[in-house]
Amino acid sequence: MLGQIGIYSLYITSIISVFLIFSSLFFKRNLDENFNSRIFSLISIQLFMVLLSFCCLIYAFIISDFSIETVFNNSHTNKPLFYKISGTWGNHEGSLLLWLLVLTIFLFVFFIYSKNLLFKYRLLTVFFQEIIILGFLLFILLTSNPFSNLYPIPKEGNGLNPILQDPALAIHPPILYLGYVGTSIIFSSSLAALIAGLDNKIWASHIKKWVIVSWIFLTLGIMLGSIWAYYELGWGGFWFWDPVENVSLMPWFCLTALFHTIIVLEKRKIFQSWAIILSIATFSLSMSGTFLVRSGILNSIHTFANDPSRGIFILCFLFILIFLAIFIFFIYQNNISENLYKPYLVSKETSIMVNNLFMMFFLAVVLIGTVYPIFLEVINGSKISIGPPFYHKLIMPLLIPFLFFMAIGPNFKWIKDSLNKINIQQLFFLLISILVSFIFIKKNDVSFLLSLPLFGVGIFLFLLTIKDFVSDKSHISKKISHFGFSIFILSILFNGILSKEYSANMRVGDERVFMNKTIKFENLKIVQGQNYQSVVGLFKIIEEGKVLDFNPEIRVYAQPETITSEADISTSIFSDNFLVFNILKNNGYYNVRYQIKPFMMWIWISIIIISTGGILSFFRKNG
Amino acid sequence: MYGKKVKLRAFFLLLIFFVLALSIFLIFKSLEENVIYFKSPTEIKNLSELSDNNKIRVGGMVKINSIKINDKEVIFIITDLKNEIIVNFQGSIPNLFEEGKGVVAEGFIKDRKYFNATKILAKHDENYMPPEVKEALKDDE
Repeated sequence: MLGQIGIYSLYITSIISVFLIFSSLFFKRNLDENFNSRIFSLISIQLFMVLLSFCCLIYAFIISDFSIETVFNNSHTNKPLFYKISGTWGNHEGSLLLWLLVLTIFLFVFFIYSKNLLFKYRLLTVFFQEIIILGFLLFILLTSNPFSNLYPIPKEGNGLNPILQDPALAIHPPILYLGYVGTSIIFSSSLAALIAGLDNKIWASHIKKWVIVSWIFLTLGIMLGSIWAYYELGWGGFWFWDPVENVSLMPWFCLTALFHTIIVLEKRKIFQSWAIILSIATFSLSMSGTFLVRSGILNSIHTFANDPSRGIFILCFLFILIFLAIFIFFIYQNNISENLYKPYLVSKETSIMVNNLFMMFFLAVVLIGTVYPIFLEVINGSKISIGPPFYHKLIMPLLIPFLFFMAIGPNFKWIKDSLNKINIQQLFFLLISILVSFIFIKKNDVSFLLSLPLFGVGIFLFLLTIKDFVSDKSHISKKISHFGFSIFILSILFNGILSKEYSANMRVGDERVFMNKTIKFENLKIVQGQNYQSVVGLFKIIEEGKVLDFNPEIRVYAQPETITSEADISTSIFSDNFLVFNILKNNGYYNVRYQIKPFMMWIWISIIIISTGGILSFFRKNG
Repeated sequence: MYGKKVKLRAFFLLLIFFVLALSIFLIFKSLEENVIYFKSPTEIKNLSELSDNNKIRVGGMVKINSIKINDKEVIFIITDLKNEIIVNFQGSIPNLFEEGKGVVAEGFIKDRKYFNATKILAKHDENYMPPEVKEALKDDE
């Protein structure tokens, strides 16, 4: 019954979608007073239908209706309620339905908040958005129906992969999707504005809000995934340059570039073509992110269930969209009316372009690193992977000029400024930064070549952003984000240099000495969880008389039969102590891993600060 | 003669082109140095030359009854059911590391029979087998 409601509301949605596409395409003939409200009511019905369908799926998960295959594959009766609900989007079919839901929600919100804009522009945005919606609907209905039936009805489901039964990962997909799908509106409206010949200043100030919203969600979504990987996967790192992680980072680079460009477009009416290209690229990257993760083409340690035929569908759809977008871009490029004025080299425009160039470089690095293995396998069949050194080697050196420009760039004025801006004060700050970094590097005995300038510019950015809080009169949002970024970079550097790690195979009763600490494995106890049994290790770490207790767990889930390790992390402001242990199936040995991770907390805090800047900028009155 | 504006544009185009070419060159150069090839034990046996400086990955199954553990090290055998290689490893081991299950070890070849692993790769669930391993095992059937 639930399945029927769900699937039929999706059919209705696709009919509405087709209708909207046609009526928005031929709107000139039937333009009348009611047309606007008719479109609006159709969009509302569509939203309602998708919402209904999604709620059916959630409800099916809650009551464990195993006549629906998706529920059978991903749920179990004795799973906690919270994870029953989050299981809805923890699988391929459900997550696509979530994509669709967010697509329709955003279109609805867009239509409401664009009332005072050119009607043709709004209608064309609806047109493009409906094409995307229809594409996803077909994808869902043809290749991954979330409501396909099972008969006979099984008594019990297969359960959700326990590694996904985690609070951070329960909200990670929706947040990330809000970011991904937000870029669809940017994509649709950039093309619509181009065709409709909307004044680019109006378009920029309108779409800026959407860029900011997508950017905030994308940033937070990536952070949540990273936090999850940190404590759940038990490796003690927060970023592994794994393909699945990279595909979320790529649209982020693009979107960050767009965020900056759109400000220039709004203020100076230049770079519209570039903004459109970025909009297209951002959305394509978000889509291909979904494609790459879901198709199983990527050789990732995070591989979830997948199916190649789905990948081919998304790939074709993506190509059609990109082709359409580029086609429209070339046909209508005469509609672009940018300000023509003599460009000056030293200006805010230039410094924002510099930011964009760096973003594009980082994007290229990550893109090539992620895609190259796929190409190589297709071309000559060799299987390769690309490790973190590749990314570090290319990104770290470029961070030095990037951070330097980030520190001095925002202070330049629009149109024309002079280099006299780089005054004694700034030189003084730079000198201090390099000195501090020199002392720090010397003390910790790391290689000079890269770390010294990197630390130097990191601290330089930190100092200058603090100074800007006092002296600069411009809006606070940018300062907060840039300040957050300087903390982010510094904490990553500290974390990278000062982290310590020790691993050993231990039996109950063993003691090991690491640095000036003694690690004691005292005992084991068995604890019964709601849908798992857990082996809790009782560890003590003794340092100069101070005793820290660690109780990491190994959870044994029955449905599906899986073992996960839960690290015990004792967090303080300056450092995380991280202890995790694993079963070795042999004569009582456990593999114990102890890590000291300084400034871990600050990585998360700084990302929140960066997003806060975005939130403030969203609520800013005059753009 | 061309005007000043055209010259300026041409200069910028050239500059962008140059920067683009340079960065792509750098990326691909670095790519070459950091690629990690995946090999099965059989492929290692058939390698024409051994270079012990390049990191590689070996994948296959952990041979039954081959895991030996002491305080520091884990020693085990990776097999693709045709050939095998002895792996020693110090460090942390994922939960799903088990005899008879798929495994991927990353590290350096000592010779055709020994492998020094620096990392054992974790996988998310017990059904998951690295695509490479699946293929390596399929070839042998």
